[in-house]
Amino acid sequence: MSRLSSGGLIDRATPLAFTFDGRSYKGFAGDTLASALLANDVRLVGRSFKYHRPRGVFSAGSEEPNALVELRTGARREPNTRATMAELYEGLEATSQNRWPSLAFDLLSANQWFSSVLGAGFYYKTFMWPAALWEKLYEPAIRRAAGLGRAAEQADPDSYEKAFAFCDVLVIGGGPSGLLAALTAGRAGARVILADEDTILGGRLNSARTAIDDAAPGAFLARARAELSALPNVRVMPRTTIFGVYDGGTYGALERVGDHLSVPAPFQPRQRYWKIVAKRAVLCAGAFDRPIVFGGNDRPGVMSAQALRTYAVRYAVTPGRNAVVFANNDHAWSAAFDAADAGVKVSAIVDVRETPPPALLAGATARNIRVIAGGEVIATSGKCLSSITVRTRGGTETLQAEVLGISGGATPNLALTSYFGGRPKYDAALAAFVPDQTPPGLSVAGAAAGQFSLAQCFATGAAQGVAAARDAGFAATPAPLPETGDTPTSLSAFWHVQGSKGLAFVDFQNDVSAKDIAIAHKEGFRAVELLKRYTTLGMATDQGKSSNMAGLAIMAELTGQGIGETGTTLFRPPFTPVALGALAGHHREKDFRPTRPTPTHDWARKQGAVFVETGLWLRAQYFPKPGETDWLETVTREVKAVRSSVGLIDVSTFGKIDLQGSDVGVFLDRVYINTFSTLAVGKARYGVMLREDGLVMDDGTTARLADDHYVMTTTTANAAKVYQHLEFCLQVLWPDLDVQLASISEQWAQIAIAGPKSREVLAQVVDAPLDVSNTGLPFMGAVEGRVMGGVKARIFRLSFSGELGYEIAVPARHGEALTRALMAAGAPFGITPYGTEALGVMRIEKGHVSGNELTGQTSARDLGLGKMASTKKDYIGRVMAGRPAFADRDRATFIGFKPVDRAQRLRAGAHFLPLGAVPVMENDEGYMSSVAYSPTLDHWIGLGFLKGGRARIGQKVRAYDPVRGGDIEVEVCDPGFVDPEGERLRV
Amino acid sequence: MSHYSVLSIIANAFNGQKGWTPAWRDAAPKPVYDVIVVGGGGHGLATAYYLAKEHGIRNVAVLEKGHVGSGNAGRNTTIIRSNYLLPGNEPFYEWSMKLWEGLEQDLNYNAMVSQRGVLNLYHSDAQRDAYARRGNAMRLNGADSELLDRDQVREMAPFLNFDQSRFPIQGGLLQKRGGTARHDAVVWGYARAADRLGVDIIQNCEVTGFIRTGDAVVGVETTRGPIRAGKVGLAVAGSTSRLTRLLDMRLPIESHVLQAFVSEGLKPLVPGVITFGAGHFYISQSDKGGLVFGGDIDGYNSYAQRGNLPVIEDVCEAGMALFPRIGRLRILRHWGGIMDMSMDGSPIIDKTHLPGLYLNAGWCYGGFKATPASGWCFAHTLAKDAPHAFNAAFRLDRFRSGHLIDEKGVGAQPNLH
Amino acid sequence: MRIPCPYCGLRDAHEFSYLGDATVSRPAPDMPDAQEAFFHYVYLRENPAGAHEELWYHAAGCRQWLVVSRDTRTHEISGASFARAPKADASHAEVKP
Repeated sequence: MSRLSSGGLIDRATPLAFTFDGRSYKGFAGDTLASALLANDVRLVGRSFKYHRPRGVFSAGSEEPNALVELRTGARREPNTRATMAELYEGLEATSQNRWPSLAFDLLSANQWFSSVLGAGFYYKTFMWPAALWEKLYEPAIRRAAGLGRAAEQADPDSYEKAFAFCDVLVIGGGPSGLLAALTAGRAGARVILADEDTILGGRLNSARTAIDDAAPGAFLARARAELSALPNVRVMPRTTIFGVYDGGTYGALERVGDHLSVPAPFQPRQRYWKIVAKRAVLCAGAFDRPIVFGGNDRPGVMSAQALRTYAVRYAVTPGRNAVVFANNDHAWSAAFDAADAGVKVSAIVDVRETPPPALLAGATARNIRVIAGGEVIATSGKCLSSITVRTRGGTETLQAEVLGISGGATPNLALTSYFGGRPKYDAALAAFVPDQTPPGLSVAGAAAGQFSLAQCFATGAAQGVAAARDAGFAATPAPLPETGDTPTSLSAFWHVQGSKGLAFVDFQNDVSAKDIAIAHKEGFRAVELLKRYTTLGMATDQGKSSNMAGLAIMAELTGQGIGETGTTLFRPPFTPVALGALAGHHREKDFRPTRPTPTHDWARKQGAVFVETGLWLRAQYFPKPGETDWLETVTREVKAVRSSVGLIDVSTFGKIDLQGSDVGVFLDRVYINTFSTLAVGKARYGVMLREDGLVMDDGTTARLADDHYVMTTTTANAAKVYQHLEFCLQVLWPDLDVQLASISEQWAQIAIAGPKSREVLAQVVDAPLDVSNTGLPFMGAVEGRVMGGVKARIFRLSFSGELGYEIAVPARHGEALTRALMAAGAPFGITPYGTEALGVMRIEKGHVSGNELTGQTSARDLGLGKMASTKKDYIGRVMAGRPAFADRDRATFIGFKPVDRAQRLRAGAHFLPLGAVPVMENDEGYMSSVAYSPTLDHWIGLGFLKGGRARIGQKVRAYDPVRGGDIEVEVCDPGFVDPEGERLRV
Repeated sequence: MSHYSVLSIIANAFNGQKGWTPAWRDAAPKPVYDVIVVGGGGHGLATAYYLAKEHGIRNVAVLEKGHVGSGNAGRNTTIIRSNYLLPGNEPFYEWSMKLWEGLEQDLNYNAMVSQRGVLNLYHSDAQRDAYARRGNAMRLNGADSELLDRDQVREMAPFLNFDQSRFPIQGGLLQKRGGTARHDAVVWGYARAADRLGVDIIQNCEVTGFIRTGDAVVGVETTRGPIRAGKVGLAVAGSTSRLTRLLDMRLPIESHVLQAFVSEGLKPLVPGVITFGAGHFYISQSDKGGLVFGGDIDGYNSYAQRGNLPVIEDVCEAGMALFPRIGRLRILRHWGGIMDMSMDGSPIIDKTHLPGLYLNAGWCYGGFKATPASGWCFAHTLAKDAPHAFNAAFRLDRFRSGHLIDEKGVGAQPNLH
Repeated sequence: MRIPCPYCGLRDAHEFSYLGDATVSRPAPDMPDAQEAFFHYVYLRENPAGAHEELWYHAAGCRQWLVVSRDTRTHEISGASFARAPKADASHAEVKP
């Protein structure tokens, strides 16, 4: 065990058992998986992407490139989980990934012996011959070797939530600057949200021993946390990562509600995805300790100097016997000191600087730490680190070390500032990029702004807290700052040890070495974006958090350009990877989209209806009866019942729009191709409306209930689109018209009854004195009245089926009662409920166009409706429908089809070819849009579009359907298959 | 310049990688060219390559404001397919597919063209019939297509959600020859091959104006000085309107942002490309193991190269509807590219009313798959002053005449295409 | 993106649907060369990289058509007004975010 005997923020009273690769270990509450593994002397944790090199824990935070594991098992398996961010819980199961057969012995690690062949971009230069082998051999092999962890093999069993939050000031990060920003803004009365990706507020203060107000940092943290939780206007959100910034001050955040538990708590989601709308935000995300590039810098046991400090101080772990620190900056020394003071044996500090500051030298002496100034680590050895080789002016020397804490300086964590395209600027004194332009409303404080010392963090955090609160309208005053002894850190820019031994890694996870950057340079991939894409530098799961700086510094060395001129690649959200499930929330599987049941849904279900998705609606498709063996038998029975007696269908899904005002007639004349201003009160008319580009948008019937009152129906699919279009016409095109619109689709149930007996059925449910006789309510009549003893109703004598028919609209809550009343009234006639299939069959028998024909690619003329268009008025789409292509004689137009051999089945989607013509595009004459088996005619019938259209009635063409093996002769015919004169609906 | 092969790789392994040379020259502009192609993306570079290779026109410059492939060529989701419906489109895209099939040997560059199939799912009878119509149109054009039923889809993609679906999968239209290609490699392959034929690839050279003689366009003003040319071709999808504005041309194009997503790397999970038919979602898996996916455009005019959360949520919702085992997988990056959304959803490859100016534009969200044929056809149009049969329908005046190529039938509203 | 609806206040853009350029106006159908004028109206766009006046419909709100002033390079919205208000006296309905 490498657990220190005392200290740390772990709860030693709460031991937790966990397994890694099947072996059992013990940790404590407060551990991460990484700290617990290190405490158990598990140093080999993962394998790299390309060379499958053994890797350990590099960091103690969200920037971890190496220690990725599969967390949990079964349906909850989470590949690529950073061990440094996984909180330990009782029973945690983790498995190493990207290795075979085992973590300790991975056959693909042989790749590293061929690293000189597998350099940057090698795959673009080979595997080209023979072409067929790419999919069969090369690519499958590459794919199996690539990738990291394995996805779960079942649906994610956990749930996710979405939530909105609004605040005046959002503080991103709960370290020293974030605490001061939140306290300052909070004290001023601003509504503050403080979001921190860690489990406890404090950031680096949880890992440091630096005195604040002459006490350990814990005392300051306790006060700050207490005050924040006491402020009612401050909301602290731990375990919450702000992953992106979006327009309008909207921030995406992921709260890990249950990830620290084996399963989420009852009735709690696993994660909650927040959209936080903030008037102002302050980014206090701190900085990353970045690695130095040298041979063997990836060996397990090499970690960032700050991670060494964190494991020692926060987790009371010594990550190996004998620690050495290799750095170019002061901050790494204080990390070494804190680690030593916590109980880690730190034997040496190697600093590339010849003359480190005297105060640091004194600190080292006091702790009995050897200092090697002007030294560089040039090699490491051991499967897990056992020793390092240091080069000094005096020669080389080998030191025993199981831990090497490396630090090339701090890289401000400024990703959020550049998501709107802001390019960070290079600060040579800090050897770091610092924020320049930020998204509107976002300012930066603390280490994220390059203000690395604790005093700077406090000062800039407070100042930005004041500024943000003031911008949000609160009179904020700067508070006294906590006293701290630390001083601004100094460093000497240093990136890459020249002439070191072995592969020197820049991007650990993707195995991009300094040599790969040299290849990219030689081949001209020098712009940072090209460098990234050619070498995959910065494209791993850490998105280059640890690697980008060194990579572009090395490229800058090679090109001779400055680092500032070389620039960074664009940062992209999310800041850390976000589970897809969280962004989907509960909109998944059956709840992907809302379900709209019709007013008679429950009734239909009790009748045994089979339902079909129609947009968001569920509609009854057909009503099978016991003994019926397939849908066709059922649908045939339903059609025959309607044609011979009476049937009933719920047509509530049609869009229904109420139009009132003195100008409705004028308005309708402008939106329909035909005329409605002349429609008599009490009558309905079929109308067609176009888009402004001249193609058909929708059709439906509109009835006039009073001089200034019309009701329009639209197709089910286009209900919302038509309503929006009408509002556009009214508000944008013709605001002077006196018309008011209201969507009443939800408010009215509409039940259709059709068939020769439908009038007799209707007559039984209407209240006196409503007259539904042929004279009282003639074809295309529309009346208002009462049904079922007082229920308000609108009755339209319309027919889609071609039979005598009515549509009865009642307030939606009466829809089922009306249906039951009609069914009871129709019982003597054997009234038959029918579904959308039978409705479709009957409309095809009648040759009516429907959704399959209203494709948005068809004009009124194409649909055979050209004659409806008024020539006496303007209407939407009229002018554009006059374009040359619309009158093209070669355009396919609407027509009917029947199989020459009446026993053959038709298929929609078949293309028409002249008889005997070869099946090539040049011979394509159109296609079949709708087909049905006609019970009335006892054979299949079809509708479709054919070049020449009606002029070809009587001709035969080939219906070619190779995707279903169909190739038959069909006869072109009038689309009105049944009762083309329309006599039955006028009886 | 070295030929790429296993031998060249091994040779360099033994000489410390010293033998590699720049994949293309970093050319400085000459005062005059026969043809200037504006735009160093896939389409522009392919145009230059085919001008040199097919038409012997080698005195060609490709002008790129940043570095090659820094626009949509490097931001797309790498899908190649030719599953189009309309006669104006399908022959062109099938020609593109044929060019893809020989591309790597032609360019001596492995662009990882991977024909692992493109499967479009359908969820209703009407959608099935629409796909049958499309599949039949593809067959009539010599492309491959198969209409699968539910069981066949289940066999191919058993990991999809068949049993708990709001919009159950009923089947799919499969194009086996469809798949993906490595987008950056396509750019680099064309750049290297064009360079070898003498084309000057001039990076960091932004066009700021046009040199005119009367109506005619006879060159461009750039950040690296004026450059004259016999013909100027624009292949700058995403920025087309910005350039044509300099010529007072209004186009049937709006610029919209399309977002794309990649997950963390994973062991093989998704074969080929799968598209959801009841929502905006499509997915494939890269050779590196990342799931590459996307959905609808954000829907408002934008040049910002980034999008917003509603579409991100929409994409993930559709993903979880179709594929609920990806819930715990994580999005690694999301980004946006600017699309030339045309008014009928189809592209433009044509001469313009200005002598000397040629236009390749309006690719909507489908430009990547078109790269080879777009370059090939634009080169033909530039060289011959007339379109090839493959791009004859992609005329600029089709909106005036009404000869629209509207696959989705949504009309002159670019954000719905 | 958040749109300052003059009726509903500042609302997330997902409540709205987008139509596009608000500066085009429907030509008089009886003007000479109406077909050319309609072609311009229906199909041609300025498509600026910068300030853009555009139509949004508050579908999940007040169902009003709005003219929103937005920069297409930054997505910053500088104001919104009812589309039905005549331009001249839009000031009373103008709302800043």
